[in-house]
Amino acid sequence: MRKSLIPILTVVAAIFVIWYGAAVALNMAWAKDQATRAGTNPSFTELVANTWSQKKPKLPAPHQVAAEIWKTTGEMVINGRGFSKRSLIYHSWITLSATGIGFLLGAGFGILLAIGIVYNRVMDMSVMPWVIASQTIPILAVAPMIIVVLNAIGISGLLPKAMISMYLSFFPVVVGMVKGLRSPGAMQLDQMKTWSATKGQQFWRLRLPSSMPYLFASLKVAMAASLVGAIVGELPTGAVAGLGARLLAGSYYGQTIQIWSALIMAAALAAVLVALIGLIQRIVLKRMGMA
Amino acid sequence: MTDTVISAKDLSLTFQTNDGPVHALKDVSLDIQKGDFISFIGPSGCGKTTFLRCMADLEHPTGGSISVNGVSAQEARKSRAYGYVFQHAGLYPWRTIGGNIRLPLEIMGYDKADQDERVNRVLELVELDGFEKKFPWQLSGGMQQRASIARALAFDADILLMDEPFGALDEIVRDHLNEQLLKLWDRTNKTIGFVTHSIPEAVYLSTKIVVMSPRPGRISDVIESTLPKERPLDIRDTPEFLEIAHRVRDGLRAGHAYDD
Repeated sequence: MRKSLIPILTVVAAIFVIWYGAAVALNMAWAKDQATRAGTNPSFTELVANTWSQKKPKLPAPHQVAAEIWKTTGEMVINGRGFSKRSLIYHSWITLSATGIGFLLGAGFGILLAIGIVYNRVMDMSVMPWVIASQTIPILAVAPMIIVVLNAIGISGLLPKAMISMYLSFFPVVVGMVKGLRSPGAMQLDQMKTWSATKGQQFWRLRLPSSMPYLFASLKVAMAASLVGAIVGELPTGAVAGLGARLLAGSYYGQTIQIWSALIMAAALAAVLVALIGLIQRIVLKRMGMA
Repeated sequence: MTDTVISAKDLSLTFQTNDGPVHALKDVSLDIQKGDFISFIGPSGCGKTTFLRCMADLEHPTGGSISVNGVSAQEARKSRAYGYVFQHAGLYPWRTIGGNIRLPLEIMGYDKADQDERVNRVLELVELDGFEKKFPWQLSGGMQQRASIARALAFDADILLMDEPFGALDEIVRDHLNEQLLKLWDRTNKTIGFVTHSIPEAVYLSTKIVVMSPRPGRISDVIESTLPKERPLDIRDTPEFLEIAHRVRDGLRAGHAYDD
């Protein structure tokens, strides 16, 4: 742990340096412009201080984003309004619930498709090209249609967003699980045959356990994709809640600080979710004696 | 009068490849009696493994017939007539040694108490008692292969088919396992089919040595061993042993086309 701490801190420090530097470079023009209009002649330090504290900067400085995040999370919790519509916790929860449902649907659908592809020759020959084709269509083009179509048949709210999450997250699971379920070698399959095992026994005792490392690798990718799907699902629909809605509202009103705080929140959420899968992976593989 | 356990008659197997047909086996006939220890020896491509796999119904002959325990190879496989040991132990890394041995028993539907009893018995048989709870990676290669033999012995099959089971192990471990295998064969009274590359191994273990030659794969000689059933390792230095080894070598040389 201590060994990894120093490299991590170094990278974080480097990111902050670059970030603050970029904030100076990007926001300087506005700072100078302001000074000219006001007829003042600020020193360089004053200019730099200005670039780090503008209300609508091109690139907000880290501390501005941090302050915004604190204002919309911790501070609101302290004031007992942790779940108000202005709180990032509320918006994160909205996105998280769509992400979670979409992820579960996507993972389940992906695993089922993979089983079909591995065990059914017709599916093996026909399904994969469609699966790949489905991912070549930009999600931004599909998302509004999914939402409109589902709305027309009376489904709205959480489920359409979850469907978009699912659309993005089933793909890595299919690819990973097909590979994983096929990972037992010819010898292991022959061995099962010598015991004259049924297909079910072959699946539960050999193919499925063999696929576990592949499953977890693809679940991590699927989880990240799922979050992206949920956010994208919130963008084109004029959604009023969720991290995507926050991003959209922020961009309407030029609230860059709000955009960045929603972005950071989304990144943190993704990191936590992926780490969670990593933890489950460690526990499962450890119990299986594979780690 | 002994019973014939495995009987092959004019067995042929031709693989169709892009380079034309490959005759893995051609007109192979052989009878294996109950309690025999038969070794199959020959250079690569002589069809010895293919022959063993035909007995196990893992390959399907394109000509001739083969019967195992008086029925077709497929029926014999379905009635779980044999245990098969592959070149690599092939233990499941997510199961303990005990769990691996239990695997075929679970598949065959033995009840729990019976499974425990059998696992203990075969672990003892291959001298791995106390390793039941260990995972495969905690064992050496030789111990893993012993565990895989135990797995093949755990259920009631009178035939044990072994495809170069000690091929990947070093000489010293191999000697030890050979010695153990003979004891095991003596105690369990199984019929064993054993594929090997090694002349000393074949001579040391077998009651009958089947010498095979390639292109097309066929039997070039069948040598009955005159060695006693009790075989200490140093029997390999006796003139009798060397005489048989010499015959095997001659058989291999005769069958092998060295002119190409």
